[in-house]
Amino acid sequence: MAVVLDARDLNKHFGAITAAVNINAAIEQDSVVGLIGTNGAGKTTFINMITGYIKPDTGSIVYRGRDITALSPREITRIGICRSFQIPQLYASLTVFEHMMMGLGVVLRNAGMGGFFSRGRPNVPGHDAPAEEAAERILERFGLSDYRDRNAQVLPGGVRKLLDIALTMASKPTILLLDEPTSGVSAEEKFGMMDMVMAAVKAEGATVLFVEHDMEVVSRFAQRVLAFYDGRIIADAAPEIALTDPEVKRYVVGGELHRMDEQQGRAHA
Amino acid sequence: MSRDRTLPILGAVLLAVVLAGPLLPQWALFLVTIAIAKGLVALGLMLLLRAGLVSFGQALYYCIGAYTAGSVGRFFNISDMLVQMLAGAAIAALVAFVLGFLLARYRGIFFGLLSLALSMILYGLLVKNEALGSTDGFNVLPSTVLGIRPTEEWVRYVVAVAGCGVALLATALVYRYLRTPLGRLAPAIKDNEIRVEYMGTSVRNAIHIMYVIAAALSGIGGALAATTVGHIDPDMAYWTTSGEFIFITILAGTGSVVAPFLGAAIFGIIHTVAFDLSPNTWQMSLGTALLLLIVFLPEGLWSLFTRRKAA
Repeated sequence: MAVVLDARDLNKHFGAITAAVNINAAIEQDSVVGLIGTNGAGKTTFINMITGYIKPDTGSIVYRGRDITALSPREITRIGICRSFQIPQLYASLTVFEHMMMGLGVVLRNAGMGGFFSRGRPNVPGHDAPAEEAAERILERFGLSDYRDRNAQVLPGGVRKLLDIALTMASKPTILLLDEPTSGVSAEEKFGMMDMVMAAVKAEGATVLFVEHDMEVVSRFAQRVLAFYDGRIIADAAPEIALTDPEVKRYVVGGELHRMDEQQGRAHA
Repeated sequence: MSRDRTLPILGAVLLAVVLAGPLLPQWALFLVTIAIAKGLVALGLMLLLRAGLVSFGQALYYCIGAYTAGSVGRFFNISDMLVQMLAGAAIAALVAFVLGFLLARYRGIFFGLLSLALSMILYGLLVKNEALGSTDGFNVLPSTVLGIRPTEEWVRYVVAVAGCGVALLATALVYRYLRTPLGRLAPAIKDNEIRVEYMGTSVRNAIHIMYVIAAALSGIGGALAATTVGHIDPDMAYWTTSGEFIFITILAGTGSVVAPFLGAAIFGIIHTVAFDLSPNTWQMSLGTALLLLIVFLPEGLWSLFTRRKAA
């Protein structure tokens, strides 16, 4: 399959802290990649570098043959690389439906449509429908239609996560980066939520990278796993191979326990 | 706001001014026209407020509009108020376009105080400028409209109707702007700028455009006030003038493009009545009115019309 996104020799340091060391990853089109690792291992830094929020010290990121390392987050969003957030980034005063209209409005505007002098209801590029219909369709795919007119502020946690992801779909991403899509979602709901998100995303035809701590979710949904530890990728393979790798077991999968020890230690200190 | 009657309301206001104008006393026509002029400035402030920005210095553009109108008459002998308002809007927008590169980078108190500082710079410049009359300012040419020079008793009516027409046209354009994706973006910018950037658009660019529109509206308002009062002075840029505009904007609320004009009218009435009752303590009455409003109608007067059930 064609490589759609290629990270080459990425390095990033924050003072004495190592956030990325020689990160190399070629992401193939239409693949689903799980990013795993303990907190501080470099997963979110990797996502932040791809979306332009953080610039790598050295190395480059190539998207469909184009070097996008120097682009700003909004430019990267415009070319089709979108992200969701670990803590949902929503608009507190807007309803669910207004969120979608906002996202679709930006797409219209970037395409030079929906301006001051335009008339009627133009089709949103990539959605082949006017904004209102495209919004309803996305909300339906994400099971959010019942919340259509609710204010973002009063939504339950899981719904907020879904809306955060649904909002990225307005931009019609070719690559979707999901930062811990199931964090804060109860264990019973995780699989149902991921099923829905994956179905919706696949319906739109996007390549997916997702950060996840639940290894059951990773092995069920990822076709490929990138395991991070201390800013490095220590394993890059299919889940059944990566998750049984001794190093991954020691540093990542066993890390859950390790991290709890650390937190308790801190609480006692 | 399920049924939007904004445009019919605007039409009705114009019709009311046209029909009722000849029956109104001169002072009432004067109040109406000044309310329209200040309402235009408040409309601009409302656009900024929707995005979470409070400009403590909108008098800068009000004064620029007024001095442009005055200067067009003084130096080019043009007394047509439509030309004056157009020129006021254009110069104000031009200045805002340049200053916008600086101001669009700031938020919150920094945006507010920087805009205040800029308006006080203009005040300082005008006070020192002999050619523009220093602290005394200068008189504006008697208004004409499209070559017609109204007689003494009709001039207030003509100015009110022409001013109202231009203001309503501007308001209708703002109404349309608020329905474009860019116009709708303001509350999103207020709530979460980072997410707006991650939707693929520039917050700074959006604020810059809003800022220029707000300035143009203030410029029209300033020019209209200049031709209505017939005299301009540097106090139009003073910070208390900016404060008045913020007062009106808060009084009105951000619910509709009609609200700022209602707010300006109510402000004018409170101001006039308070001044009439107690010339020395009228500010106290105004302050009390604002206090009561903030306590009982935190969303402004317009919330009286749009009481929506809680989400």
